[in-house]
Amino acid sequence: MKVPPRRKKNPLAVTRLPLLPPAAPSRGALKLATLAGQGRFALPVCTACGAVSYPARDVCGACLGELAWRDVADGGTVLARTVLRASGDVYFRQRLPVRAGLVGMDAGPRTVAFLHEDAEPGTRVRLTLRLDKADQAVMLALPEGFAGEDALLHAHGCSLRDRRVLVTDARGSLGAAMAARAVAAGAREVFAGEAGTWTSREALGQSSLPEGVLPVPLDLTDERSVREFAAEFGGRVEIVINTAMAPRPGSVTEGDPTRLREAMELEVFGTARLARMLGTALRARGADGDYPACAWVQAVSADALAPSPGYGAHAAAQAAALSLALSLRAELRPIRVTTVFLGPLEDEWHQDVPPPKVAPRAFADAVAAALERGLEEIAVGDVARHLLERWREDPTLAIRETTHTS
Amino acid sequence: MRRAGYDGVVLACPITVPYARHSARPAPWWIGRALDGVLRAAGMQKPQLDGFACSSFTLGTDSAVAITQHLGISPRWLDHVPMGGASGLVALRRAARAVQAGDADAVAVVAGDTNAPDSFRRLVSGFSRFSTDAVYPYGAGGPNLSFALITDAYMRRFGARREDFGRICVAQRANALAYPYALQKKPLGMADYLAARPIADPLVLFDCVMPCAGAEAFLVLREADARAARLRYVHLASAIERHNAFPEDDVQLRGGWAADAHELWAMAGTPADAVDIVETYDDYPVIVMLQFEGLGFCAPGEAPSFLRGKDLTCSGDMPHNTSGGQLSVGQAGAAGGHLGIVEAIRQLTGAALGVQVAKASSAVVSGFGMINYDRGLCSAAAVLTA
Amino acid sequence: MSMLADFAAAIVSGKIKVIDLTQTLSPDFPTIQLPPEFGQCAPFRLEEVSRYDAKGPAWYWNNFSCGEHTGTHFDAPVHWISGRDLPNNTTDTIEAKNFIAPAVVLDCSKESAANADFTLTKAFILEWEKKHGRIPAKAWALLRTDWSKKKGADYANVKADGAHTPGPDPEAVEFLVKERDVFGFGTETIGTDAGQAPHFTPPFPAHFFMHGAGRYGLQCLCNLDRLPPTGAVIISPPLKIVGGSGSPLRVLALVSS
Repeated sequence: MKVPPRRKKNPLAVTRLPLLPPAAPSRGALKLATLAGQGRFALPVCTACGAVSYPARDVCGACLGELAWRDVADGGTVLARTVLRASGDVYFRQRLPVRAGLVGMDAGPRTVAFLHEDAEPGTRVRLTLRLDKADQAVMLALPEGFAGEDALLHAHGCSLRDRRVLVTDARGSLGAAMAARAVAAGAREVFAGEAGTWTSREALGQSSLPEGVLPVPLDLTDERSVREFAAEFGGRVEIVINTAMAPRPGSVTEGDPTRLREAMELEVFGTARLARMLGTALRARGADGDYPACAWVQAVSADALAPSPGYGAHAAAQAAALSLALSLRAELRPIRVTTVFLGPLEDEWHQDVPPPKVAPRAFADAVAAALERGLEEIAVGDVARHLLERWREDPTLAIRETTHTS
Repeated sequence: MRRAGYDGVVLACPITVPYARHSARPAPWWIGRALDGVLRAAGMQKPQLDGFACSSFTLGTDSAVAITQHLGISPRWLDHVPMGGASGLVALRRAARAVQAGDADAVAVVAGDTNAPDSFRRLVSGFSRFSTDAVYPYGAGGPNLSFALITDAYMRRFGARREDFGRICVAQRANALAYPYALQKKPLGMADYLAARPIADPLVLFDCVMPCAGAEAFLVLREADARAARLRYVHLASAIERHNAFPEDDVQLRGGWAADAHELWAMAGTPADAVDIVETYDDYPVIVMLQFEGLGFCAPGEAPSFLRGKDLTCSGDMPHNTSGGQLSVGQAGAAGGHLGIVEAIRQLTGAALGVQVAKASSAVVSGFGMINYDRGLCSAAAVLTA
Repeated sequence: MSMLADFAAAIVSGKIKVIDLTQTLSPDFPTIQLPPEFGQCAPFRLEEVSRYDAKGPAWYWNNFSCGEHTGTHFDAPVHWISGRDLPNNTTDTIEAKNFIAPAVVLDCSKESAANADFTLTKAFILEWEKKHGRIPAKAWALLRTDWSKKKGADYANVKADGAHTPGPDPEAVEFLVKERDVFGFGTETIGTDAGQAPHFTPPFPAHFFMHGAGRYGLQCLCNLDRLPPTGAVIISPPLKIVGGSGSPLRVLALVSS
């Protein structure tokens, strides 16, 4: 189905409640969701016989061997389809009818999937795993070779297109690039938060904000500023992209303690403040129409996972900010909380850090792509990608590898 | 090794606690009333009952063990059979061996469930791990979704039409009109069936059972004891069960009966077409077709044409689900897996509560249970003879 | 004691007017911005503790935080390296009587309106004295620029080549300290020095000479346009911060009507 056009809300209509689909996932289903949130299509594969399991098993159903999660082929053939027109569940009753089917996967097992309208029994499909509004993984079956937009993908993603977006810190290079990217992606409105407006962009050596961006005063360290923004625009924001971050060098023992305080104030208290003032409104509109509030993107330095030498103070603030974001993931559902890990930025604060570094545009492109697919954890730049990969494998080793180098 | 027969094992004292759409009474009340009915019918006192098998979805964390204390019984043989639509037949098989071997003298096989307005939704939402992980998030349709997919695939593969399923539902409703405990009492015609509200394509309202409260029970004992107590009884001629049959099949277009039917009929000593009554597990009519095929009445995929030539009412040439089945009586949880056995005992002992099938001396009862992910895992069947 | 009684009566009757020279402390009010490599002065922040709610059913109060040099504030001699070794150079050790002193107001509002980089020179002061008389010893010299009427970015007036706000040149400051023995120097801008003062020699002369001589500073003042050129009395006690280099404060002027 085509993506429904954005319509103005009937102000007299009662808002659809942000209900969640039923979810009581097993540990295996949680693992599936975790990998799906990273953009992977992976299932448990038997280390002995190679049989692929779905639904997630704990032991191989073919040979009783041990299982390990591996990326598998995502093709399949539709075996049967139905259109569900009744449901006992309040979330799905808001969304009937639901087109679902059984797909025989090329990888072996069968899966129930939400079906694209052209995915009829006997046809070839490509499966994609998406997170639903309860953050559990669901399969979408799209006709093989399908490209472009579709209502099914739209409902299971957080596309910037036609959405109203807040970029919290357009004074920073990340935020400025993100605001421009949101405009390019067809966002309906882009609110560009600017703190300290008594200093002009010119004075900071920054180019002016791109066309189509609406600058708004927003200082996450200022309670009143955040409250005023939330009061004025809280009802109009559907995607929050929190780029407010001040990565400054400084070790724990020798760094400037005011830097740590500033980082905490901006990145930790500021994030919490924004969530407190804006989170409820965001959540409340989490099922509002075809373009509901849908995402909170949190830019996080990879130092949050393993502190780089010489950046210990900032790493502490980022670790705290990451922890906040992880709590928000549960608290803000159905709002998708996407953590974006960053390597050292290509900016004036990382002059002595050798490349590869993250260009603000690369960050903006990655966020736009992640939102499109509704991912919940990505890394931007080789440094962050490499660290995240090792951290997922063995966090304590990754930390030791990072802190041991000098 | 050749399986031993069930010689000397009989079933008696069929009990139904009248069904209710919703009930405030918890499951132990339904189980207790059913057990009381069995004991009264058998002329037994509680201390004489040394075997008890229990099935229920609505006992919460309790099992048959807790029920012994709740009901004040002290059996020396106890079973809890969480197999839904196959629970009655599985319990029967186990009880038969127990009384045959003398581990118990008499086993009361009881199933009872209560039903509150929201209890079915809660039951299906947490039915099994695979269902919760991989079916329920796709619309929370409960078993409707899985059976809609099976029905869709069956229709495409074998060319079945909606009328073929409707014929089963319409005939059962006719049977139910005479059965006192059936909750669906409105006559149903083919036009009504075809015009019914769609639930999950191709399933419509009349393809789906109505969850309700109720209980079913019967007694398994040795023939000599039954005769001594002057009970009317039927023989257990044969029984089979199979779980997770044909896991390699893409879609469940056959149940476990296909794996064991030859043994069922060999042990019973009769061919399928010789039985007088067929009691299938009818949670959805497509499963009825799989049973006719799997039990050998016809070849795979031929149930639609086979049934087109049959009259499935009590007075017809193939009396089927003679009390109306779950589609018309209601699905009282695990009691649905006992309904066919209880009805067959009544019919074969000449004690039908509805229309008595004339000259009925043998019946095949089959069960199907536990939709887990994309298919029902338990299949069972038994042949009962007068 | 009749002098104090007369004073009190004059306040009540309005014969002596009390003029508030203080900007409101709010997060919106600009703070000085140093090059990013340096430590920064914290802006004013207000966080509600309770407001007749579950966190405090019958009472309303806030926690606030800021730097010593946020909003309308007082500079103690220890603020600058030139005054670091002087006795009684911190907010808690300055003699209390030093918080009350007369003031002269040097009106440069026209010049500042015409030129954001206007610098107060010795010549300008001498010209002023021709009209209003010699600046008395131990008096505040307050620089009226009407800069306090600007808001936000116009007030800070930071460009890529630095801030552009009026202030004194080195010779003027030295003259005020050495030749006129002023008590301190006060401005309406974010600092006592001009926006371009980093390029003066010495850099930041108002800070360097005033604090080096144990004198005080007041900045972010307002309502200087309501003061007479001479005759006002300034009351400016900073918070008694231990070892404090300065403090936000309420600055009052007494003026006879």
